Amino acid sequence: MSSDAPLVLGIETSCDETGVGIVRGTELLADALATSVEEHARFGGVVPEVASRAHLEAMVPTICRALGSAGAAPRDVDAVAVTAGPGLAGALLVGVAAAKAYALALGKPLYGVNHLSAHVAVDLLEHGPLDEPCVALLVSGGHSSLLFVPRIGGEELTELGATVDDAAGEAYDKVARLLGMPFPGGPPIDRAARDGDPRAIEFPRAMREDGYAFSFAGLKTAVARWVEGRQRAGEPVPVADVAASFQEAVVDVLTHKAVKAAREHGVEHLVIGGGVAANSRLRALAEQRCARAGLRLRVPRPRLCTDNGAMVAALGAQLVANGATPSPLEIPADSALPITEVLL
Amino acid sequence: MHRLVLALDTSSAAVTAAVVELTDDGCRTAAQRQHVDPRGHAEHLAPAIAECLNQIGAEPGDLTTVVAGTGPGPYTGLRVGLVTAAVIADVLDIPAYGVCSLDGIAGVHPDVRRLLVAGDARRKEIYWARYETGRRVAGPHVDRPGGVILEDVDAMAGAGARLYADRLELRLLDGDYPDPRALVLAARDRILNAEPTQPLTPLYLRRPDAAVPTGPKAVLQ
Ligand SMILES: Nc1ncnc2c1ncn2[C@@H]1O[C@H](COP(=O)(O)OP(=O)(O)OP(=O)(O)O)[C@@H](O)[C@H]1O
Ligand SMILES: [Mg+2]
Repeated sequence: MSSDAPLVLGIETSCDETGVGIVRGTELLADALATSVEEHARFGGVVPEVASRAHLEAMVPTICRALGSAGAAPRDVDAVAVTAGPGLAGALLVGVAAAKAYALALGKPLYGVNHLSAHVAVDLLEHGPLDEPCVALLVSGGHSSLLFVPRIGGEELTELGATVDDAAGEAYDKVARLLGMPFPGGPPIDRAARDGDPRAIEFPRAMREDGYAFSFAGLKTAVARWVEGRQRAGEPVPVADVAASFQEAVVDVLTHKAVKAAREHGVEHLVIGGGVAANSRLRALAEQRCARAGLRLRVPRPRLCTDNGAMVAALGAQLVANGATPSPLEIPADSALPITEVLL
Repeated sequence: MHRLVLALDTSSAAVTAAVVELTDDGCRTAAQRQHVDPRGHAEHLAPAIAECLNQIGAEPGDLTTVVAGTGPGPYTGLRVGLVTAAVIADVLDIPAYGVCSLDGIAGVHPDVRRLLVAGDARRKEIYWARYETGRRVAGPHVDRPGGVILEDVDAMAGAGARLYADRLELRLLDGDYPDPRALVLAARDRILNAEPTQPLTPLYLRRPDAAVPTGPKAVLQ
């Protein structure tokens, strides 16, 4: 997309990251982030009220930082996009209200968008436009889904399957807690697994061969049982092996089904997005299996996989370019926004 | 000098937006919208602002100042007003001043000698403050209605006062929610003197509810 594409500012506050990104077409100009993750760490999970308070404090400074690093004045922004859901209700409201205020004050169009679609659209900033259908694997803290995406950043998508219980990221977070690792659990497990043997323990791979749905609750329980068995026997827990074996079970199922979905839908590209897409083993195994299946893999750099404002701006920029109808100022924040509702 | 002030308050069940004209010797509400909808702050506020501006044929860029009620109030709604005020002020590069929302109720009754103002804090509590002829002398605090000292109080106002009227047993005055003109008047000197602004800090008065987990057991439950 050319340099005269509209300048889009994206605001993200669905969980514990206050993100403001600025994008022109598929070019990333700013990606400012403030996080309250440390305030939640001792609670072992995100405390909604703590997150909401932090969003309010961080909102204006984060907008200013984004504008500063893009070298833009507030008025230079042509459209404002914001995560309208899904996410924590009180946290979402801060971003939605901020985006409305920005749009209203400067007379710019507002786009209330789906956080999950934004996790997929962010790849455009990394690998450029993709004008053909693809299959996307969305793996985050709250979701694990396989999607058929006719056009990244378009208003249409089909959910092929989703987790029937825990999300992949949630499984990482719970297993990390079990192993005495800090929250969020993805990064420490990813690190610990590098020194472990992924075949040391045979953890279950639920629903591996049926359909496009996922299930990770049984895996989490199996890990808990195994670890507790060790502890009860007074034996040391081989943390690296547990981490590696757990991780292998997760990414084996994820990549196996994603590749299968891509093949069965006759697409050339598999896109992976969401926080768990930052996982080094998932990326490596997906690369390997895509290569073998003749698929092209697109995964954004880890920094863009977890929540940020740039992903919201990236999706907003596509919607603007496609001539989508802007959202009215009345839109709510929808904590349970369905994955198929890309734009409010 | 003529100032066009955007006044916002979302500290209560009411979502209030208004454009108030402030001059060196006068203060008048030019347009006002108020929706009583405790769960609809984010839906109502921005459209209400747009309607107020429309009604008087003004553009957002005509605004010179923002005044926002900083609570105390239930948090989710309160934040909607404050982030709206902060962002509008920032992108328009105009000052924003915070005012205790209870002052916006007391300000309608400047002649009452000793006034209790109370908002609904939920969980059987009230946000309250005491005023003497329009000046705040105590509060804001959050307490059970029974924990508020009522000696020497002549009258009361606010949604919390109405809710617990039978327990507080004082003369109940009009004005359940902050009045935008009263909010602007509470910031009048700061506006006219172009005083430096402070961040709009919400008056939460309570800590977040959160418990530190005990051990890793929770995984198997
Ligand atoms: N390197 C990693 N390996 C595995 N998981 C990771 C890694 N980095 C982050 N995660 C996981 O990603 C999740 C956070 O991702 P993300 O920020 O997309 O989730 P969320 O926004 O909380 O949820 P959702 O997007 O579903 O609303 C956490 O569960 C975290 O443990
Ligand atoms: Mg996310």
